[in-house]
Amino acid sequence: MIWEHFPALIPISLLLGALISAPLGIWKRFVSYPIALTAVGISFTSAIVALIYVLNEGSYSYHLGGWFPPIGIEYVIDPLSSFVVLIVVGVGFFVMIYSHRSLQDELSMKEVQFHAVALLYLAGLSGMVVTGDLFNLYVFLEIASLSAYALVAVGEKRATFSAFRYLMLGTIGASFYLLGLGYLYLVTGSLNMADIAKIIPMLHENTLVAVALALMVVGIGLKMALFPLHLWLPDAYTYAPSVGSAYLAPIGTKVSAYVLIRILFTVFQPHYVEEVFPITTIIVWLSATGIIVGSIMAIAQKELKRMLAYSSVAQIGYIGLGIGLANPLGFIGAVLHILNHAMMKAALFLVSGNLRYRFGSTDISHFNQKMRIAMPWTSAVFAVASLSMIGIPPTAGFFSKWYLVLGSIDSGNWFFVVVIALSSLLNAVYFFRVLEKMYLVRQAEHVSLDADKSFHKEFKVKEAPISMLIPTLIFGAAVIVLGLLNALIVNNIIKIAIPNGL
Amino acid sequence: MPIDVYISTVPFYAVIVSLIAVPFILFSSRIPNLREFWTLAASVIKFLLVFSLVPNALSNRVAEFTFFEISPNISLTLRADPFGVYFALIASGLWILTSLYSIGYVRGLNEHKQTRYFASFAVCLSSTIGVAFAANLLTFIVFYEMLTIATYPLVIHKETPEAISAGRKYLIYTLSAGVALIVAIAWTYNLTGTVEFQYGGLFGTVSLPDETVKILFLLFMAGVGVKAGIMPLHSWLPTAMAAPTPVSALLHAVAVVKSGVFGVVRVVGFVFGPEMMKNYGLNNILFVFAGFTIILASLLALREDNLKRRLAYSTIGHLSYIVLGVALLSPDGVTGGVMHLAAHATMKITLFFCAGAIYVSLHKENVSELDGIGKIMPWTMGAFTIGAIGLAGIPPINGFVSKFYIGAGAIESHDYFALVILLVSGLLNAAYLFPIIVRAYFKESNNQQFKSEANLFMVIPIVVTAILSLIFGLAPNLWFRIFDFGTTVAKNILGGIN
Repeated sequence: MIWEHFPALIPISLLLGALISAPLGIWKRFVSYPIALTAVGISFTSAIVALIYVLNEGSYSYHLGGWFPPIGIEYVIDPLSSFVVLIVVGVGFFVMIYSHRSLQDELSMKEVQFHAVALLYLAGLSGMVVTGDLFNLYVFLEIASLSAYALVAVGEKRATFSAFRYLMLGTIGASFYLLGLGYLYLVTGSLNMADIAKIIPMLHENTLVAVALALMVVGIGLKMALFPLHLWLPDAYTYAPSVGSAYLAPIGTKVSAYVLIRILFTVFQPHYVEEVFPITTIIVWLSATGIIVGSIMAIAQKELKRMLAYSSVAQIGYIGLGIGLANPLGFIGAVLHILNHAMMKAALFLVSGNLRYRFGSTDISHFNQKMRIAMPWTSAVFAVASLSMIGIPPTAGFFSKWYLVLGSIDSGNWFFVVVIALSSLLNAVYFFRVLEKMYLVRQAEHVSLDADKSFHKEFKVKEAPISMLIPTLIFGAAVIVLGLLNALIVNNIIKIAIPNGL
Repeated sequence: MPIDVYISTVPFYAVIVSLIAVPFILFSSRIPNLREFWTLAASVIKFLLVFSLVPNALSNRVAEFTFFEISPNISLTLRADPFGVYFALIASGLWILTSLYSIGYVRGLNEHKQTRYFASFAVCLSSTIGVAFAANLLTFIVFYEMLTIATYPLVIHKETPEAISAGRKYLIYTLSAGVALIVAIAWTYNLTGTVEFQYGGLFGTVSLPDETVKILFLLFMAGVGVKAGIMPLHSWLPTAMAAPTPVSALLHAVAVVKSGVFGVVRVVGFVFGPEMMKNYGLNNILFVFAGFTIILASLLALREDNLKRRLAYSTIGHLSYIVLGVALLSPDGVTGGVMHLAAHATMKITLFFCAGAIYVSLHKENVSELDGIGKIMPWTMGAFTIGAIGLAGIPPINGFVSKFYIGAGAIESHDYFALVILLVSGLLNAAYLFPIIVRAYFKESNNQQFKSEANLFMVIPIVVTAILSLIFGLAPNLWFRIFDFGTTVAKNILGGIN
């Protein structure tokens, strides 16, 4: 039965989808989208099956090609990986639905290639999540990164430059990771996560292990855009096409955060990263700084996507903070925020895509009531997602902050409590600034300048097409529903996933 | 005190009914009469639901409804205990009158965006009842923040630059407060492992260092004190008077600000508990802030010429009466404080209604323009007089009864300074309210002599609230048993001490 192979199916159906959809798409353009959507659909279904399976039967190890680990490559489906992979392909699925119309508008004639690259990107990300092998992870990391560069580069004029910068920094990150992995392989002689985890406790005194950890954390930190390694992110998110940002922002950096969790807590294990080589302390302080800096930078932005990009830097900080706290509540906060932030950011970037689709620009200074009147649903989703970013209960964003605050208090470090509290207020400043414009500012009077153009725009402006609106609404609704149901997720999935010794 | 808890969906329906009305209100935006019908229907149903809980609540039979677990070991739970029912009764009862009044007001002024206005109002009331029935701190903050957000569209309703900047100020204050409250709640959870409101306080036997308790208490007070207008956290309230008058009337004299005061009492009585309040001297901290606020707010009210702003400062002062009464931690003090929650509600809503009526029919909002208005709007100014007398604490209006009990409580707990504050502020109340009456009746109007009352939708609620103030001054235990509620809540709160 094919379902026995569902762990492999998650990335492989995406890879195959990319392989099939590109050549067939070049032959007949219209077939590429259905193929791509089917591929993501299969992957999404497999991820759901995987999660249900894990919750009922427990963790599951799949041996690729029948080779047993540590020689062969192992795919591990445990509560954490099945949860994260579902987020990845779930977001991918709905963004894929969304992308059809948006791409026709922004990148007409390039959809075929774009879909193929997006599939590769999702394949890379989902592979990173399910694999239990550190080198295989690197391979998927490169697949995901290279396609991510392409997703950025295809955007507007400055996108090429942004993508190049992203490529340079991303490659440096990947090299760091590979170097660290090399050292680790040198001392442990293994690439399998579980296998290395067994060996590490015997090597606590070995400096090479510490160096390997440091290198890998820096590498992953770059991919994750952990402050101060976030410099590639704002430009990349701003200049990528709308759909590109919608693929990148919600899940791209989150998967790296997941990898960081895996490396710290599965491979090296809490005792080592907290006490022997306290790298979590560094992570937690950098994250706290990132939260504040990202929020302040977001306030200073004039363009919606750029503002959201800086806000992402801050939100990654929340996840890093939760990881770095290295206690159960912080862990819950971090993992829950991976989900919540994926939903919020997806909603926000889709909203920005809708606005761009109808108005041609997302410059905040041009926002006015016309947007809300023309696009009531899109605006409503923006409002809900904003409230969630600020952390107003009962939206999802509140609860991740709630666990992070609890975790910070638990660790006795009040500075982080202050950081989280302060950042909520900073979030309120930049989101309400936009909401105020969207809902309250009357349209500017300088219409007469180019009356023809504005008449044309007037004619165009209405709610986004249904295939774009529905994914937007789904993410908007998810923000509220996941907020109310967070206890369900925390109790049934995240609590089981808390690593031993944390 | 034996508490008998039973499962019931009534608290749930009482909260949800106005939320259910929201889509109906939104979808009938083209047909104003139908739209207003939904608002009125929701308010009446809500009131009846809350009212049905009264007998059980007074005999300490507490209805409880749990939605689901919202965080591990913490549920989203509604519990209709006496204090909650009491507050819900005031808010939902006055919502009916405010809805009628609103109809007259927005139509009289041809306000824009009436649908948004009525929809936000309905959400506010749901949140207020949620705040009233919240069984634990997490449920409380959920509704408390909902209330913050739902009030925002009402504050900026006019969409003028002034209103928008008032909205900003409002958000800065209330969102900061929300954050402080969240931290306080998380800390409490960390210290005790529970966030459930409990008689006598939830800390139980947990012993804590002095500073911890004091900082935690101040965090809580920062959280709920902003909405309660405790100085120095009050300054959003006069600014928020940019909102339409019915909003000021119900939200900035009853629902929103009283949610803050309600929160103060909840924190004092059900989080820290009277024993802890006394042992750590927390009641003295509260007492100082409240006393300070009462006097200073009354003084500031004196110099305001804008009628609504003057009333806003008066509200700030009177909210702290309630806080003061509770801070006394004596049976009569708490009874008086709790009763003042209702008394101030009926009196102040009358005054705000009057201010709105004057604005609608004469377009005047400053005290200095009100010469001779008593002859032009006899019913309105008659009601205004009753409210003003009551706020000054003169019998037979209900403001006297509650103030009397606070005074008795002050003597009971030997806080004679509180007595002085009460007397001085009574005089100050008279000093800022009576000149308005004097102007209205004894000065000649310079341009207009004929009668010009506002429409009946507005006059009827004004007269009703004024009469209610009078009736509850003469018979505090009539119908809604405000006095019984006062004593029951006092027993609930002080059970541990006496």
